[in-house]
Amino acid sequence: MDSVTKRYPDGTVAVDGLSLEIPDRTITVLVGPSGCGKTTTLRMINRMVEPSEGTILVDGVDVQKQPVNTLRRSMGYVIQNAGLFQHRTIADNIATVPRLLGWSKQKARARAEELMERVGLDASLAKRYPYQLSGGQQQRVGVARALAADPPVLLMDEPFSAVDPVVRKGLQEELLRIQGELGKTIIFVTHDIDEAIRLGTKVAVMRAGGRLAQFAEPAELLSAPADAFVEDFLGADRGIRRLSFFPSEGLELLTGPVVAVGATAEQTAAREASGAPYLLVTDGGGKPLGWSEPGSLPGAAAEELLPYGRPFVAGQDSLRVALDCAVLSPTGWAVAVDGTGRVVGVVSQETIGEAIRGAHAAGRKADVAGRKTDTEGRKADVAG
Amino acid sequence: MNVLNFVNAFFSDSAHWHGYDGIPTRLWEHIQYSLLALVIAAAIGLPVGLVTGHTGRGGNTLAFIATAARALPSFGLLVLLFVLIGLGMLPVMIPLVVLAVPPILVTTYEAVRSVDPSPVDAARGMGMPESRVLFQVELPEALPLILGGLRSAAIQIVSTATIAAYVSFGGLGRYIVDGLYQRDYEKVVGGAMLTALLALATLAVFWAVSRVAVSRGVRRSA
Repeated sequence: MDSVTKRYPDGTVAVDGLSLEIPDRTITVLVGPSGCGKTTTLRMINRMVEPSEGTILVDGVDVQKQPVNTLRRSMGYVIQNAGLFQHRTIADNIATVPRLLGWSKQKARARAEELMERVGLDASLAKRYPYQLSGGQQQRVGVARALAADPPVLLMDEPFSAVDPVVRKGLQEELLRIQGELGKTIIFVTHDIDEAIRLGTKVAVMRAGGRLAQFAEPAELLSAPADAFVEDFLGADRGIRRLSFFPSEGLELLTGPVVAVGATAEQTAAREASGAPYLLVTDGGGKPLGWSEPGSLPGAAAEELLPYGRPFVAGQDSLRVALDCAVLSPTGWAVAVDGTGRVVGVVSQETIGEAIRGAHAAGRKADVAGRKTDTEGRKADVAG
Repeated sequence: MNVLNFVNAFFSDSAHWHGYDGIPTRLWEHIQYSLLALVIAAAIGLPVGLVTGHTGRGGNTLAFIATAARALPSFGLLVLLFVLIGLGMLPVMIPLVVLAVPPILVTTYEAVRSVDPSPVDAARGMGMPESRVLFQVELPEALPLILGGLRSAAIQIVSTATIAAYVSFGGLGRYIVDGLYQRDYEKVVGGAMLTALLALATLAVFWAVSRVAVSRGVRRSA
């Protein structure tokens, strides 16, 4: 996208001199407050809106140089309320673009069934009508319909903003999975910065007047917002959110204060000596039961144990999850489990705090290194 | 003096069931006039309503024409045209068409305008040509309302087509006009009754058509 501008006849400028290079096979998120021109930007890519100035190239070809309907059929298009055709069945909705491209009925039908499975819809829904589906299911149909003709590019305009948060999270995970499987180039518009950070490989933050405020990877956005506007838009807890990008892998876990439920008094005494103010009691299978006050026997009834909040999966969850677990736990200690839910250790808030400081320091070093290779890369580009 | 007695007397008189002035003949004439008027009115109202609704332009002009047409008294128009043109089908058809076009035109326009914009946007965004957007998205989704417009036009035509009898044509109006002239109130009531029944039958026909033509997915939401 090269210095694209959209000016309406009444003089309003929706998008002002926007230049963006959208990487292939990744999710690029356009995010910003309402009226920042993010939707207009998206709609200029498939020419639902014609730019006033500038050019948009897809794989080096100017979108203006292609017949408009050919262009649109080569890009999946997903909109906010799914925009399903109420008078057509789910299968027929999904088969829309293949039918436009002249596929046979059987081939389009087979493709629709394949896609329903891909987006996690039960095959029995094929003959239903949109009104019989929930909002989340309708949106899945919207995504399936966009994928039907296997377009390399997917344009998504606030696709998940009309569904409730739980369903939205499911749809986001599904989108990441589909993207991982199919490797589409997705351009995703949202006003929700959390969604942008969760989904985006790169995030373009736009400000009112259709200007680009910052175009960066989510981690960089959180650690180094370009200006006060971006910082403000990211919200107050960007420090906490940034922890999502730090793995819990290096956390030093203590196994000392962990004791099985049927342990003998000597074993318990030995465990108590390990320095932790509480003992974590596990059941016979190694699953956590709760915290025991020092001195009280770990053989005590389960209701006398302090709740352990929720555990985090060591190595898999981020530091943000680990910290959250520690904060939730009344003892201030987080419980680390493996993939099967067995306790692998416990960790205190202080230890997590140290890990965060360590990650920050490592991040700064990586940033400097990254910038250096970046500059070198650019030099090589110029030389080439 | 009971209306029911009139009705009973009218329908039980076997003379009313035979010949050129019999009920079957008059009913069939009435249906023919009504159908012809409805087809002409639909041929004018539907395309204009669809196109203006699709493009969203011309709504004000449309509303103006429709209001003006509604203000024309059918009977007055019939007499005027009869005087101007003379005896013929044309002076009968024009008032009926003028009566039926506004409801068809305005509801079609409004129906297409009020189709949910998101499937239309999605259709365009997927590369559907404009004609298909109109016929494969807007029309099917607007169909229940459009049929509603046609239905009310049809019912108005059926009840108004009785005026054809004033200019020497047949139809159910014959009984009313002749009955009034002959002071034969059995005939008047019988004719009115038949007209009302035909209007109800028209309703039933439209209900059946909408069962068949309107997609199950739209019928629920309409």
